[in-house]
Amino acid sequence: MTDTQQTPRTPQDFESAVARETAVASFDTHEKSPLERIRHFLHSSPASVPLIVLVLSLVIFAVIVGSRFFTPFALSLILQQVAIVGIVGAAQTLVVLTAGIDLSVGAIMVLTSVIMGQFTFRYGMPVELAIACGLALGALCGFINGVLIAYLKLPPFIVTLGTWQIYLATTYIYSANETIRAQDIEANAKLLQFFGEKVPIGGATFTYGVFIMIVLIAILWYVLNHTAWGRHVYAIGDDPEAAKLSGVSTKRVLIAVYVLAGLICALAGWVSIGRNGSVSPQIGQFANIESITAVVIGGMSLFGGRGSIMGMLFGALIVGVFSFGMRMYGTDVQWTYLIIGVLIILAVAIDQWIRKVAG
Amino acid sequence: MSREPILTARGLVKRYGRVTALDYADFDLYPGEVLAVIGDNGAGKSSLIKAISGAVHPDEGEMTLEGKPIHFRSPMEARDAGIETVYQNLALSPALSIADNMFLGREIRKPGVMGSWFRMLDRKAMETKARDKLTELGLMTIQNISQAVETLSGGQRQGVAVARAAAFGSKVVIMDEPTAALGVKESRRVLELIQDVKKRGLPIVLISHNMPHVFEVADRIHIHRLGKRLTVINPTEYTMSDAVAFMTGAKAPPPS
Repeated sequence: MTDTQQTPRTPQDFESAVARETAVASFDTHEKSPLERIRHFLHSSPASVPLIVLVLSLVIFAVIVGSRFFTPFALSLILQQVAIVGIVGAAQTLVVLTAGIDLSVGAIMVLTSVIMGQFTFRYGMPVELAIACGLALGALCGFINGVLIAYLKLPPFIVTLGTWQIYLATTYIYSANETIRAQDIEANAKLLQFFGEKVPIGGATFTYGVFIMIVLIAILWYVLNHTAWGRHVYAIGDDPEAAKLSGVSTKRVLIAVYVLAGLICALAGWVSIGRNGSVSPQIGQFANIESITAVVIGGMSLFGGRGSIMGMLFGALIVGVFSFGMRMYGTDVQWTYLIIGVLIILAVAIDQWIRKVAG
Repeated sequence: MSREPILTARGLVKRYGRVTALDYADFDLYPGEVLAVIGDNGAGKSSLIKAISGAVHPDEGEMTLEGKPIHFRSPMEARDAGIETVYQNLALSPALSIADNMFLGREIRKPGVMGSWFRMLDRKAMETKARDKLTELGLMTIQNISQAVETLSGGQRQGVAVARAAAFGSKVVIMDEPTAALGVKESRRVLELIQDVKKRGLPIVLISHNMPHVFEVADRIHIHRLGKRLTVINPTEYTMSDAVAFMTGAKAPPPS
């Protein structure tokens, strides 16, 4: 390059610069191969891969299982089964977007469901108050996670590995491993089972749990995409240092994310009482793994900042469709886990491939 | 110069343990100029810049902006006062769009209930403003304002970061090594950007190791050595080798 301009600049220089800069600041205009186009499309709409997989798996099961599978009743049953994973997965989504991970989600869910039950039956508290206590405790659990991660700067994996054990042990110690029977709850504290109530619409049967999952995900989708706070969640997961320099109060947002995740897990605890009928400290053993599975199959990046909460919902539904479809087809349930395992690895491989668009 | 400086620093001191990074350093920036700050590694120029941009709190000394004393405790306070910094790492969020990045941390919300109750972002307003700003700086071949920053080239990213600073920096823009990571063509574009920002009346503090770039765009050159301002030279009166000689102590500075 020899076009150094030492001469005084005039307004015309500005215009010639505008004309000239096309060579530098324009897009790479080289022809894109169809594969590159696909990659660009997937890069800009991260929920499309899981959506395609979901539609494909529905079609496949409709073919191999037959018309029994493709009924409103069967499909709504899948939604009922997915409700809890979908809600816990929403909490996991928030955390994963900040490049964190929350292994304690299931433990918070169980702890809060036990608190809601025991507060009502052991202390004779009004059921509304017991539920409020459970929700508040969920937020507190999340707050503890958040403070340890945002202020003590401990890795999220380690923090939640620890609090997972702590919350779970607390649950067993406090409840003395007691189960509250479904009949007792039905007779004395119907509100605890509210989210298990069935709502028939046409041939389909939904529960309030399904509705609350859909409403929750819709709200979070709005918050993540259309509010400044949501953009900050993405920015923190993307590059925390850049977010901080741009004026995002990273610690406050991180704490809020974990508190909200804890609160959502407590909501999942309430929904789980409706689903199971009883209150038992033995439920939700795998909720953390299931929620991470939904998030990963849903196309979210565990490195943070990428993905959509809709993808998580599709991921949870894919798992639901496979486990339900395989059971209807009548094979060994282990085939489901095998396929889910393959899907997880495929999802991460696709994520890596899509990210190359940045290079 | 008869005009009053817009930004001054007098007797800045910053010690890190037993190391003195700033040793009673002075600094003056005049309205509408490009002031380059050069100095050897460890001369304390980044401490000086951090003090001005609010990232470092000096132990001693005073700073004024438009004649009023300033005491920044964070980069946010400097930003609020109208001093914008383009960091060397650009401080952009790769997965977010150009518009989202330009307004990160100072988003515009929709008017009325949607904004105040539902906190809805006014995407349209932000995209329009971002597009206007990029057009002003001759960067509008970046057509899709909602495209992720990571799909841009290095020079385009620098352009977005500069446009952000120019859009919000009402008084001073600081640029830290803006051409260090760029190729020849892209560096040239960024130097043009600096001129464009200057034309809009904003004074610029340019930190650079690249002498040809410094001599091309700077009106005055602040030479920093051993924690203080050694001298300020006019690039038309001295050569690049003079500047390097002053910087390294091989030659005594001109009496000022």
